[in-house]
Amino acid sequence: MTKMPRWADIALIPLINLALALLVAGIVLLFIGQNPVEALQIMVRGAVGSTYGWGYTLFYATNFIFTGLAVAVAFHAKLFNIGGEGQAQLGSLGVALVCLAVPWPHWLLALPAAIVGGAVFGAAWAFIPAYLQAKRGSHIVITTIMFNFIASSLLVYLLVSTLKAPGMAPESARFPEGAWLPSARELFASIGIEFSRAPLNVSFLVALLACWLVWLLLWRTRLGYEIRALGHSEPAARYAGISPPRIVIIAMLISGALAGLMAVNAVMGEQERLLQDNVLGAGFVGIAVALMGRSHPVGVLLAAILFGALYQGGAELEFETSVPRQMIIVIQALVILFTGALDNMVREPVTGLFLRYGKRKPAPGTPAE
Amino acid sequence: MAAHDDTGRPDTAAPAIELKGISKAFGPVQANKDISIRVMPGTIHGIIGENGAGKSTLMSILYGFYKADAGEIWVHGARREIPDSQAAIAAGIGMVFQHFKLVENFTVLENVVLGAEEGARLTPSLSKARKLLKQLSEEYELHVDPDALIQDLGVGMQQRVEILKALYRQADILILDEPTGVLTPAEADHLFRILEGLKREGKTIILITHKLREIMEITDTVSVMRLGEMTATVKTPETSPEQLAELMVGRKVLLRVDKAPARPGETVLQVDNLKVTDSKGVERLRGVSLNVRKGEILGIAGVAGNGQSELLEVLGGMREGRGSVQLNGQELDLSGTKSDARTRRRRGIAHVPEDRQREGLIMDFQAWENVGFGYHDDPAYCRGMFMDNAALRKDTERKIEKFDVRPANADLAAKSFSGGNQQKLVIARELERNPDLLLVGQPTRGVDIGAIEFIHQQIVALRDEGKAVLLVSVELDEIMALSDRIAVMFDGSIMGERLPSETSERELGLLMAGISDTSREHSIKEVEENLAHSGGKVMT
Repeated sequence: MTKMPRWADIALIPLINLALALLVAGIVLLFIGQNPVEALQIMVRGAVGSTYGWGYTLFYATNFIFTGLAVAVAFHAKLFNIGGEGQAQLGSLGVALVCLAVPWPHWLLALPAAIVGGAVFGAAWAFIPAYLQAKRGSHIVITTIMFNFIASSLLVYLLVSTLKAPGMAPESARFPEGAWLPSARELFASIGIEFSRAPLNVSFLVALLACWLVWLLLWRTRLGYEIRALGHSEPAARYAGISPPRIVIIAMLISGALAGLMAVNAVMGEQERLLQDNVLGAGFVGIAVALMGRSHPVGVLLAAILFGALYQGGAELEFETSVPRQMIIVIQALVILFTGALDNMVREPVTGLFLRYGKRKPAPGTPAE
Repeated sequence: MAAHDDTGRPDTAAPAIELKGISKAFGPVQANKDISIRVMPGTIHGIIGENGAGKSTLMSILYGFYKADAGEIWVHGARREIPDSQAAIAAGIGMVFQHFKLVENFTVLENVVLGAEEGARLTPSLSKARKLLKQLSEEYELHVDPDALIQDLGVGMQQRVEILKALYRQADILILDEPTGVLTPAEADHLFRILEGLKREGKTIILITHKLREIMEITDTVSVMRLGEMTATVKTPETSPEQLAELMVGRKVLLRVDKAPARPGETVLQVDNLKVTDSKGVERLRGVSLNVRKGEILGIAGVAGNGQSELLEVLGGMREGRGSVQLNGQELDLSGTKSDARTRRRRGIAHVPEDRQREGLIMDFQAWENVGFGYHDDPAYCRGMFMDNAALRKDTERKIEKFDVRPANADLAAKSFSGGNQQKLVIARELERNPDLLLVGQPTRGVDIGAIEFIHQQIVALRDEGKAVLLVSVELDEIMALSDRIAVMFDGSIMGERLPSETSERELGLLMAGISDTSREHSIKEVEENLAHSGGKVMT
């Protein structure tokens, strides 16, 4: 059997999915008496029409890159980590503790320490479900989702007791100034370019680095080879002397660490204090990002930017029109639905078309049957 | 069913099945090219060909799984459209698949009726089926307990249920796809008697196989397929295995393995009282003892599911066991972290696993990634924690050339190679490690004749270099041809050891069925009872 060309798999199908999602969203908008074309224009302009828009779009994208990579690494080991939300929350705790513990003299020192803090806490939160899966066979989907609730409750508890700063709000004290990350505005200003005030900060570069490191891990290291082998076939992994429990635990640790890194952007880069609700569903968006990006770092990067634009564009739409907030969530949900859950609906007919009309160029040396 | 009745009595002059100019392509692959064939009623018609020759595709078209791109199907002199299996059944065509399609936790009766129930109430259909089943089993020696659960039956029995299913649906043309792959010689003989009986009753049988011996033994006519084309149709008495093999492969083939007598040296592998209990608590190996010496091939014969897989898995480090295993006089850990496949490889054990697609290869990995599989921590393939992909690719290209893997493309995914070439990749990887002991399971399962010859030569060559080989195969021919000694396994135990020159297929067949040396006078009937009885605990 032949396959579709790679470009169609990676680019064409997500684009068709996206177009279908926007089409359905447009129909819904029509029903509530809005002009869908105008709405789309506002969204696009709001997301990528200015440095302000880009500043928000890429800020959101940074969150989604981390959570998307987290899901993608687990996917390669055939593990469905839907605990990105909780791991990111624990990561935020780790980042906050690191930032609050030391009167940091400069962000260049605080950033590596916060990365370690976020990664270690995120990984630790993933370790328990990973251990239960590897050694006890408790299904990781169930345990990770349960751990999201525990993480959320744990954070609330800490924010109304130990970590609570004086005042009414359940939040921590503000981080010392040495732990504030430079924003895009400051970074660009240093090289003489003007950029709007937006939460985009240096963590975006950390996210890009993470993409590259994940690629390196999966396709260039022995560990990545073992993770992918286990993901394809467990009996084969055992045949090759790869220990499935060991790889399950390691893959989940990496996954949890990546999710935990999201806090470097959201907590350290923007809020500069620990808030009760600092993940805002990014852990779940990460699943859609990994699915749409076909678990490849480049795909994750592009999908994360798309979802970032959708978030920012949606916020603008809400601001400029009478489209209700709920409607924005519907549009985002439609994109997740079409790119994630309904992926095969488009994939199969398109593959069929390619097989039917792609005969002229047989793949080199394809054997019969 | 009902539609079948209005065709009336089959017109004996017309062929039971006539295919005219059938073509079918999957993408760029032409699986069937302009195939025409006439199967006369009341005959057994064999279709033989290598893997990938297009036999299964052709039968799938006849059974309505695929739609032909071109061509016509005629059944008993009338043109038929067969868009789905319902239509095939209506035309009186029944199919017995290689992999049975039975519901494991249903009884025989429930399976037979499944999909052919009459009305919403089950009881009338069941009692009707019970009567018919009784009649059929007497007519054709198809004895099965209608109330037994499928999961408690041996493979031979399950196959009878498949045949009964087809007959219950009033099939008068029966297609059997590789029916003897999982049977003991005695069971195969019994199956052939059943088929002869069906033929006497006027049924038409199409037998798909790659075993020349079966074709010669039972068919009236044989059609040979190669590369999607029907190359010849001949009367069986007028042909020979050599001629058929040549027609299948397109060149002369050595059917026998040429090998010099073994010159065994000291013991490499010494296994004593090896036991394995599976996760359900069933004892799979009940104290196996054997040894393999340098420069010899020990063949393990047995019906699939009698502990051979577990034996290979324990020795290969994929499963824990109890007892004693020594390699070159040194004890191997049978449990704990030092019992894994990686440690075994370092100790000099190479392993060609029974199921290359599930274990031996990662089907989505490219050929070069697969050539490092299991040896991916070899310093030659690594630079620190990184893989040396360039070195691996280069080594793969060398192995592909040496072992004549086709297409010679190291970047192709394993799943894009044919079965034989996939196996060559595994063989190349394992044999090139220069192991002290080679474990090899089902080396030629699903492999075409041309590649079988090559793989057999490679295994014998390794033996001649003074290496020890432990061979597990359910193909008795293969065991007989390759082994220097033969051990027969039944129900987790070694039933006996024989020299190939001093035994016969009949004797081995009895051992495979669990009849030990002392009671060789047992009749075939008792063998079958034994098998049916053992089926429950041997099979899961």
